[in-house]
Amino acid sequence: MLNGSPLNWVLWVIAVWIGIGFLGIVALRRFGVVAKVFFPLGGVVGVALAWASARALTSGTAETATLPIGLPQLQFHLRLDQLSSFFLLILGIASVGISLFSAGYFRNGAGTAPGLLCMEFHFFLASMALVLIADDAYAFMVAWESMALSSYFLVTANHKMPKIRAAGFLYLLIAHVGAIAVLLSFGILQANTGDYTFANMRLQQISPFWASVAFLLALFGFGAKAGILPLHVWLPEAHPAAPSPVSALMSGVMIKMAIYGLLRVCFDLLHIQIWWWGVLLLALGLGTALFGVIFAAVQTDMKRLLAYSSIENVGLLFAAMGLALLFRSYGMNTLAALALTACLYHVGAHAFFKSLLFLTTGSVLHATGERNLGKLGGLIRFMPWVAWLALIGVLASSGLPPFSGFVSEWLLLQSFLFTPGLPQSFLNMLIPVAAASIALIAALAGYAMVKFFGVVFLGQPREDKLSQAHDAGFLEKIGMLWLALSCLVLGLAPNFVLHFIDPVTQTLVGKGLAHSGSANGWWLLTPTSLERASYSPVYFLVGVVITCALIFTVVRIFYHGRMRRSVPWSGGHTWQNARMQDTAEGYGQPIRQIFESFFDMERHLPKPEESEPEYKVVVTDKFWKGIYLPIARATEFVSAQVGRLQQGRISIYLLYSFLTLLITLLLVPGVSR
Amino acid sequence: MSNISIQLINLFAAFLLMLAFAMLAQRRVLNLVHIYALQGFTVVAATSVVAYVTHQDHLYFSAVMTLVLKVFFIPWVLHRLIKRLNVRWDVETLINIPSTMLVGIVLVVFAFNLALPVSRLSSSVSPGTLGIALACVLLSFMMMITRSKAIPQVIGFLSMENALVFAATSATYGMPMVVELGIALDVLVGVFILGLFMFQIREQFESLDISHLENLKEG
Amino acid sequence: MSQLLSQVFATLSALLLAPLLLGWVDQSRAWLANRSGPGILQPYRTLHKLFNKESVMADTASPLFRFVPYLIFGCMLLASAIIPTLSTDLPLARAADAIALVGLFALARVFLALAAMDIGTAFGTLGARREMLIGFLAEPALLTVLFSSSLIANSTALKTIVNKVSQNEFTIYPSLVFAAMAFVLVFLAENARVPVDNPATHLELTMIHEALILEYSGRHLALLEWAAALKLFAYSTIGIALFLPWGITGGMDPQRVILALVFLILKLALLGVILALVETLSAKLRIFRVPEFLATAFLLGVIGMLTHILLGS
Repeated sequence: MLNGSPLNWVLWVIAVWIGIGFLGIVALRRFGVVAKVFFPLGGVVGVALAWASARALTSGTAETATLPIGLPQLQFHLRLDQLSSFFLLILGIASVGISLFSAGYFRNGAGTAPGLLCMEFHFFLASMALVLIADDAYAFMVAWESMALSSYFLVTANHKMPKIRAAGFLYLLIAHVGAIAVLLSFGILQANTGDYTFANMRLQQISPFWASVAFLLALFGFGAKAGILPLHVWLPEAHPAAPSPVSALMSGVMIKMAIYGLLRVCFDLLHIQIWWWGVLLLALGLGTALFGVIFAAVQTDMKRLLAYSSIENVGLLFAAMGLALLFRSYGMNTLAALALTACLYHVGAHAFFKSLLFLTTGSVLHATGERNLGKLGGLIRFMPWVAWLALIGVLASSGLPPFSGFVSEWLLLQSFLFTPGLPQSFLNMLIPVAAASIALIAALAGYAMVKFFGVVFLGQPREDKLSQAHDAGFLEKIGMLWLALSCLVLGLAPNFVLHFIDPVTQTLVGKGLAHSGSANGWWLLTPTSLERASYSPVYFLVGVVITCALIFTVVRIFYHGRMRRSVPWSGGHTWQNARMQDTAEGYGQPIRQIFESFFDMERHLPKPEESEPEYKVVVTDKFWKGIYLPIARATEFVSAQVGRLQQGRISIYLLYSFLTLLITLLLVPGVSR
Repeated sequence: MSNISIQLINLFAAFLLMLAFAMLAQRRVLNLVHIYALQGFTVVAATSVVAYVTHQDHLYFSAVMTLVLKVFFIPWVLHRLIKRLNVRWDVETLINIPSTMLVGIVLVVFAFNLALPVSRLSSSVSPGTLGIALACVLLSFMMMITRSKAIPQVIGFLSMENALVFAATSATYGMPMVVELGIALDVLVGVFILGLFMFQIREQFESLDISHLENLKEG
Repeated sequence: MSQLLSQVFATLSALLLAPLLLGWVDQSRAWLANRSGPGILQPYRTLHKLFNKESVMADTASPLFRFVPYLIFGCMLLASAIIPTLSTDLPLARAADAIALVGLFALARVFLALAAMDIGTAFGTLGARREMLIGFLAEPALLTVLFSSSLIANSTALKTIVNKVSQNEFTIYPSLVFAAMAFVLVFLAENARVPVDNPATHLELTMIHEALILEYSGRHLALLEWAAALKLFAYSTIGIALFLPWGITGGMDPQRVILALVFLILKLALLGVILALVETLSAKLRIFRVPEFLATAFLLGVIGMLTHILLGS
């Protein structure tokens, strides 16, 4: 068994996940078995997946297989190459943490039966893995759709609430519109050969025009899944609606499937890359990122805040990908590799820190029953484990050294600073603006994350019941700890991680960073040369820790360590309570003021004569009013027109069928001739 | 042209661009006048450098004329105007300042791309300085658009002319004396007319807010 | 070994010079306001006093609150150790380039804001919000300033930037005009100086930095005050390294290092006077003018980068 090829291992893992899913049906109501056996088992299998894909990554060859499933003549072609292995690795590692957390998280009795939930969860995992190894459009679409369906059922796990049903419906709708675009894109890529395998698509030399059409369709389709502007509206609805481990899986991992798909189409299936594709991706990405982070900063629901932060990160990923595409189109492969490395690094970083953060919100939700930031606070005293683990996620997410988000942002900024070599002067001029906006987005992300952590975990509890909050259970802690450790590894050992990214960039653009990155020692990350730029998180951490320890001892030796506890000073005010702290709304106020034109705001300010004054501000997305409502109205109008056909008399319906039959017969070439 | 003089011209170009942005970002009317004087001084310095390097003595004359007119005389007139009209205080812009500057950046990119093909026509024109001069013209124009008071608009008009002179002398190394004298005279007359104009507006509406001019339209 | 020695020497001189710079600025401000002033050694006396005092901790404080002063001090010290002040040959400097340096400041800021929110008083949260407001605009502005310089040196390593500007043939870089202007604005905002914040006030409407550290006392406050002085020092030396690098040596020949130290002290003294002058001449901005102030800095930085590309130098 242990000597089996990585692809075999991956297939086994998928089989086991599906198997667990079916077992979940068998043990539909037996909560104990599902939680204590099935979910941990799924997690263990995730380790196997990570191990197998890591082996495949380093072994350096692509493996193919054909599975005799599906229609005759139309089998599943599977392929495990470096790109899929990398994403499988991310999926494997993240699934371990999330599965373990889920084992302790799901409670009996709420909404969907535990066995059913178990099935949907594991089918979701299996379909994501299948998406990654699919090597023909047919297998890909089957996996893609089952991924969308299983996640839809997971989102609507609490289907008794109308709001959650609405969110699920919106998600399903946009997912399907996207899927159609993806399918059409594959249709163009096969260039009328009728052979839908990816191997065939790689061979086709389609014209730049059709290549662009295929690219745009793929961008639309995968963009819908990733939540790119203006297709992002489902994301802040669906991700918070789902149970927290599912949100973690969707935000952390499922979004990356869209990134994978786009990378596959742009760098692998299409034989050419055109420069304006890169510019388009870059502009869309930056717009999305800025939009996401600004909205994240004004949210008052902790899961919505994280969902908007996911939109921001997707934007950054798209920007990095766009830059890579731009370099690639000019044949500057080393720089393309640098930008692509930044993109892939951020895929990993975001997968882990966002999963971790969603899991911590799950624990908070369980302990307090609150998602509203305005009713939380001070939880670091009652749930220290969750709080400190969340802090790691928050720091990674804010892009602060020496944590994982910083490495990818650093690489991204480095690749931006290389751009003055581009042959188009116009592009050269746009790049500084883009680099500056990346810097702004990163800093704003810090703002949003400080808000998240500060309001939820710090300060005084805003409600009395919060002091009864309990810390996360054992399995939940293990799950979060696993993800936090992954975050730390990504933050502290960039050169180690580069070894896994290098094979991917080698296959996609022919260059890699692993060699030059660690040329000056494993602790020092140098993407090109020592003269140009270097960064060492280990030095960083050791430097800060040593100075902290040194200061601590020096102060103790020369002075003293006396300390007294007292009531807070607070400028000498004697009366104060928890309601006098900044609320989530208050914290977002500067952002609302500065970026006022981004929002549709409805304010309700209390009047002096009101007996129960209430301050309320509702911030909504301009895209709803601008794009979606008109589309919805148009659809409604059209369906109302179609509704006229409906007369209610059977003979008229029969007439419709008859006419349809006649027209069809007329159109069939053999008959009309 | 020696290396150092090209660098100097570039430096002055950058200064000019900076001052144009400073004007966009400035709310105080008095400071606007100071920036305008500084801008004039930058043009003087740039003209002198060009005169020294290319040995065109008439450019010295033009530099001295600019110095007298745009660094001392016009700012002095404007100072007096501001004092007489008592409009020393801050003026609110129509669009907030960061957005104005953002549009300004777009204008810079646009101007540079416009200047690029022009500079290819002749070897003596450096695309950077011409682009910056063009950008300064556009920025001054934009400043006139975003201000609602008459004096900042006049200053915008004047700084536009400064940028044109800079384009003429530094980017293309001088132009005929007659043209220069003509421009100088134009500006002088312009300032006087605008000054008179402002007094008239004020007498009519008790304010220098030119939005009052909207009342003049028929119906 | 000698590299290590030079690193230790640079770090120690930063540690000791930082309060002196603060004292010098305060003294100059006093002179400009026609007061006699406390003398430039006052910050040392204050620090000594604070270290001797007992630390009073709010009873709602979590462990985070106690650990933050040490962390911030560590961050600032590390930042001062990374920036080339005397010699560019610092072993620690490899750990962080210009971008990571900004990250280091951001790390300190985030922790300071979190600590201020930890107690849960109205002042602390207000300060935290305002500090983060300044931060999210000042950080990108500082980055654009550094980018302008890195485009010139074609590197983000501070060492290479300093070497490029100081040790090559004299060249004028027009883009640095914008960068310098933007840097001055960021400098004032980041160090809680007058147009943005007032270091000498405890009035809730005007303060930002003081609101953040309101709950600290004793040795914790001393560490934070020292860290603030180090931040001022670090920013001053960034400014010197980017715009006036002449005098910073490449090697670690003791004689030249001493000479560099003399240069550094002269430059810092000049900078202190200029800072005091700016502070005396300008009036405090309303808090909602601050974003505009910093957005101007940010856009100036962007224009700096653009100018570099426009003028092709």
